[in-house]
Amino acid sequence: MAATPVSTEVVTLKLNDRDVSATRGQTILEVAREQGMEIPTLCFLEGLTPWGACRLCMIELKGSPKLLPACTTKAAEGMEIVLDSDRLKKYRKMILELLFAERNHVCAVCVSNGRCELQDLAQKNGVTHVRFPYRYAKYEVDSTHDLFRLDHNRCIMCTRCVRVCHEIEGAHVWDLKGRGIETEVVADNNLPWGQSESCTRCGKCIHACPVGALVEKTTAVNEMKKRSGFLPYLTTMRENRP
Amino acid sequence: MTPEELRQSAEAERQKSHACKHILGVCCAAGCQSMGSDKIKDALDKQVKLKGLESEVNVKSVGCLGLCAAGPLVSLESDGKKAMYQAVKEADVAEVVEKLGKAPVKRLELSLDIPFFARQQKIILENSGVIDPERIEEYFAAGGYEALIKALTDLEPAEVIDAVSRSGLRGRGGAGFPTGLKWATVAKAAGSRKYVVCNADEGDPGAFMNRSVLESDPHRVIEGMIIAGYAVGASQGYVYVRAEYPLAIKRLKTAIKQAEGKGLLGDKILGTTFSFRLEIRLGAGAFVCGEETALLVSIEGSRGMPRPRPPFPAEAGLWGMPTLINNVETFSTVPPILRNGWEWYSAIGTEKSKGTKVFALAGQIKNTGLIEVPMGTKLRDIIFDIGGGVPDGKKFKAVQTGGPSGGCIPESKLDMSVDYESLREAGSIMGSGGMIVMNEDSSMVDVAKFFTEFCMSESCGKCVPCRTGTAQMYGLLEKIHAGEAVKADLELLKELCDLVRTTSLCGLGQTAPNPVMSTLHYFEKEYTSLLKDGPGKPAAAR
Ligand SMILES: Cc1cc2nc3c(=O)[nH]c(=O)nc-3n(C[C@H](O)[C@H](O)[C@H](O)COP(=O)(O)O)c2cc1C
Ligand code: SF4
Ligand code: SF4
Ligand code: FES
Repeated sequence: MAATPVSTEVVTLKLNDRDVSATRGQTILEVAREQGMEIPTLCFLEGLTPWGACRLCMIELKGSPKLLPACTTKAAEGMEIVLDSDRLKKYRKMILELLFAERNHVCAVCVSNGRCELQDLAQKNGVTHVRFPYRYAKYEVDSTHDLFRLDHNRCIMCTRCVRVCHEIEGAHVWDLKGRGIETEVVADNNLPWGQSESCTRCGKCIHACPVGALVEKTTAVNEMKKRSGFLPYLTTMRENRP
Repeated sequence: MTPEELRQSAEAERQKSHACKHILGVCCAAGCQSMGSDKIKDALDKQVKLKGLESEVNVKSVGCLGLCAAGPLVSLESDGKKAMYQAVKEADVAEVVEKLGKAPVKRLELSLDIPFFARQQKIILENSGVIDPERIEEYFAAGGYEALIKALTDLEPAEVIDAVSRSGLRGRGGAGFPTGLKWATVAKAAGSRKYVVCNADEGDPGAFMNRSVLESDPHRVIEGMIIAGYAVGASQGYVYVRAEYPLAIKRLKTAIKQAEGKGLLGDKILGTTFSFRLEIRLGAGAFVCGEETALLVSIEGSRGMPRPRPPFPAEAGLWGMPTLINNVETFSTVPPILRNGWEWYSAIGTEKSKGTKVFALAGQIKNTGLIEVPMGTKLRDIIFDIGGGVPDGKKFKAVQTGGPSGGCIPESKLDMSVDYESLREAGSIMGSGGMIVMNEDSSMVDVAKFFTEFCMSESCGKCVPCRTGTAQMYGLLEKIHAGEAVKADLELLKELCDLVRTTSLCGLGQTAPNPVMSTLHYFEKEYTSLLKDGPGKPAAAR
C-alpha cells in the first residue's frame, strides 16, 4: 500500500450523493465551493472568521435532527450531507424575506442596485414577494465621514464590516450596540463615523459590506462597485510571509 | 487548615449549638428580607438580651425557608422540637420570646405537617433555612467540606468523575446534559490551562432557585466547584452572577474569603498539592448571557453573543481553553453525592432523571416559593398538594414550565411525571425550574404574546431567524390578539415558529417558539376564535 501523506489527514464524505474528499479542518462550505456546488451565504466572507449568523447556509446532515451551518461545520469522515432539499430552500427563502422586511431595502434608489448580494440571493432563491409585513422603522444615515456613508436602512447585521476592520485592518472601528431587533452597527463608542479616531480611512468595510449600507460617498444609484475579492488575496499574502 | 482541624471546628460548632436550649432562625434571604426580616432579627436579639436569656437562646440568621409567600418566616427549635412562625411582625417578638419552652404562639404558627413541607425532599436545599450562610463553621458542622476532604485525600480525579457519572446527575441549567460525561470530556481535553465556571446568571423572569442557594448556602457551591476543579484538572474558577443579585454576591464574597482564610481555596488546599482559585464575575442581566458560549465571551470582556457549537466549551471555552461550565444547582449536588455515595443519589428520582430538582412556584398558586422534590413527582402533586392549588376558588388552566422559552401544559397532562423527557414530550422543557401557574381567566394568546415579547427583546440580535423572526412572531400575535388576523396569518405564524426553532443559532431562538407552539397545540381554539374568518364567523367576514 502506498504511504499516506503525513501532516494532512483526508476525510471522505457525501455532498448531495456526490463522494468528495476534504482535508480535516475544512468546513462543509469550503468543500462544497471547491466542488463548484452552491450554498447561499451572506455573513460569510472568505478571509474572515466565520460568524454563523445569517443561517442561509444551513444544510442537512444524515442522522442529525438538527440543521447545521455549512460555514462553521467541519467536514468529518462519513458525513452524508444534503445541500438543497425542499425544506432548506423554503427556510432560505423565508430568511431572505425576513431580511427584506426588517429594514428599508428600496432597491430602486440604492447605489448598490444590481450589485447587491441580498438582491442576487433573492433572485437565485426565488423570492418573488415578501409575505411578512415590512416594519418600516426609521433608521439614520451617517454621512459624517468625508469619504464614506453608512445607511442603517440597508444594514443586514452581517458584521462583515466589524470583522474586516478588526481582523484585517486591525482598527476595530465597528461594533454592535443594542439587542434583538434594535441592534445596530456603531463606530467607536457610538460616535458619528466622521468623529472616529480609530478609522484609518482604508475603505475595507465598504468593500466587505454585501449590501448598500456601507458605500463610497460619490457614488450615484446603481454605481457602487464592491471588490470583496481582495480578502483571500490579503490573507494568502500574510500567510506566505517569510 | 488540615482535615483534622476542620473536623475539630465542626465538632466545636455542634457542641456550641447543643448548649443552647432554643434556636430561633430568622430567614434572611431576599424574599423575607424585603418584608423586613432584618428588623425582626434585631428585635429578637434585643428582647433576648432584655430578658437575660443569651445563654439559652440562639437567635441566628438563616437562609431561605421556602414558603416565601408567608414571610417573614422564623423557624424555632426548642429542646429538639421544631416549629415555624409565619408573617412575623416586630410587635410579635415579645410574645415569641415569652413562649419559648412553652406551647408555641398559635396565632403565628405554620404547621410543618402541611404537604408544602412534608412532601419535599431536600438535598440541594438541605442547609437552606438551617445554617447561617455567613458562618463557615455552621457549614462545617452540617458536614460541609467533608466531600472535599474525601475527594482530595481518598479519591483520584478519575474516581470523582466516576462517582458523578454513576450518580446519574444531569445538568440543572436546562438541557439536562449528563454531568459526569461533561466532566470526563473536560478532563480528557488537551490544554495547558483549564477552567471551571459556575453559571449563576439565572435570567428567567420569576426564577430564583440559584439566587436562593447562593444566599442560603454559598459554601455548597464553592465546595462543588473545588471538587470539579480537582476532577478535571483546573486551578481557576469563575462564578458568573447577575449584578441584580447583590445579596447573593455579598454572601458569596464572604464565603470565598472565609474559604481562603481556612485554606480551602488558594494554594495547597487542605495541605495537599492541589491549588484552586475562585473569582466572581458580574453579568449585566442579559438573558442570553446565561447561554454558555455567550457567558464565556462575556467573562472574556466582549459583548455576550453566542457562537456556534461545536466546538463546545469542554474543548475550547474561556480563552480557547477546555472549560467546564455547570449550573449552581449542579455544583451544589456534588458534595452530597460524594458524602453519601452515588448509590444513594441514583436511588432517588426516575430511571433517566436522577435526584431532586428545585422549582420556583409562581403565578396564580397559593404557596408561591421554592420547593425541592424528587424527579418524577407528578405535576399535579406539585401544583395542588405542595403548591396548595389555585387561590380564590378559580380553576386551574395551565402551567408554564421552563421559563420564558418553555411551554404551557394543560390540565389534561397534569398527571405526568416531572422529568426531562416527559416535559420535552409535552412540548415544554425543564429549563431552570420555573413554574408559572395560570388560572381560568388567563388568555393563552396573551400568555404566548407575553413570553414572545420577552424572547424578542432578549434576543442578542446575532442571527436572522431569532432577531427578526421573533419580532415578526410578536407582530402576528398582536394582530391575532386584536382580532385583526385571518387564517393565513395563523398559518404564517406556524411556519415562522418552525423556522425560528429549526434555524436559530442558540437555545434562545431554538426554544423561543415553545410558548406559541404549545399554546397552539393545546388551546388552538383560543387562537381561531379570534380570527376574522375563524369558525362561527359570518360568511360575509370571510
Ligand atoms: C438563552 C439561554 C439562557 C440560559 N440561561 C441559563 C442560566 O441562567 N443558568 C444556567 O445555568 N444555564 C443557562 N442556560 C444553559 C447553559 O447554556 C448551559 O447549558 C448550562 O449552564 C450548563 O450547565 P449544566 O450542565 O449544569 O446544566 C441557558 C441557555 C440558553 C440558551
Ligand atoms: S454595514 Fe454592511 S457589512 Fe456592516 S453589518 Fe451592516 S450589512 Fe454587514
Ligand atoms: S438565537 Fe437569538 S439569542 Fe441566540 S444567537 Fe441567534 S439572535 Fe442571538
Ligand atoms: S453564511 Fe453561514 S450562517 Fe451566514
